[in-house]
Amino acid sequence: MKAVVHVMPKLSVLDPQGAAVAQAMKHHGLPHTGRVRVGKRIEIELPAGADEAALNTICRDLLSNPVIEDYTLEISE
Amino acid sequence: MKFAVLRFPGSNCDQDCLLALNALPKSSAEPVWHKETSLPSCDVVVVPGGFSYGDYLRCGAIARFSPIMQAVKAFAEDGGTVIGICNGFQILCEAGLLPGALVRNRDLHFVCEHRHIRVETPDSRFTRNAPAGTVLNLPIAHGEGCYFADDATLLDLAIHRQVLLRYCDDQGRTTEAGNPNGSRSNIAGICNKTRNVFGLMPHPERACDPLLGSTDGLVIFESLLA
Repeated sequence: MKAVVHVMPKLSVLDPQGAAVAQAMKHHGLPHTGRVRVGKRIEIELPAGADEAALNTICRDLLSNPVIEDYTLEISE
Repeated sequence: MKFAVLRFPGSNCDQDCLLALNALPKSSAEPVWHKETSLPSCDVVVVPGGFSYGDYLRCGAIARFSPIMQAVKAFAEDGGTVIGICNGFQILCEAGLLPGALVRNRDLHFVCEHRHIRVETPDSRFTRNAPAGTVLNLPIAHGEGCYFADDATLLDLAIHRQVLLRYCDDQGRTTEAGNPNGSRSNIAGICNKTRNVFGLMPHPERACDPLLGSTDGLVIFESLLA
């Protein structure tokens, strides 16, 4: 079983990394983009039948900080 | 007064804390390794600065799960005094002992310099020696010191007078120019509702000796002794 977690900064939080990336894209002459935000992808290999509720707890308590981040969790076989 | 200074893998300000606190009158400070499951008998727990766990995942995100933190939480819940400095502040926020979070500095640079820090209220065991409006000169050294909390939390902090320190200019004005990292409301240090847990990004332990350019850190430590 595999879990993939994506962690993104909340829209309300200043993301200076994203802003820096947007600036760099501009300097590279790329067509004007809107906002850029940078997050994390975490891949976790799990034994079969892993508990989804427990995974969500790990996402909330460790892998993301709910004050400043949102996460999505995808589980696949 | 007895201080317990925690040590995590990657903490690097523990020695400065031990030196500064041991030099205080009638005080002693000892290190406590993060794997301990209980605190020694002490009056104040200090969570020092540094790069615990290399700032992996998020600053303080992994340290908050260290065994010693259960004991620190219980100590805080019992009304014990806890002070978190820089990475220590980050750890306390991650552990839920303080509201909000510290994120990457607005300008993306690691800022390492002395700044003006205004004391917002003497109504705490950490600031009682300083009248409101006192401007302290304290060093900061961080890349993720931008304090963030949503509007509801900021309002709550204001209502309960939990903001103890703000970044300011040399005139004590909390201006944009006086804000080195983009912290909301220029917040540099806050306490919890029961006013026994304090987190601050500046380093008071690096401002206790004239050789280091400022002794304003003593204002905070001597308030604890008062």
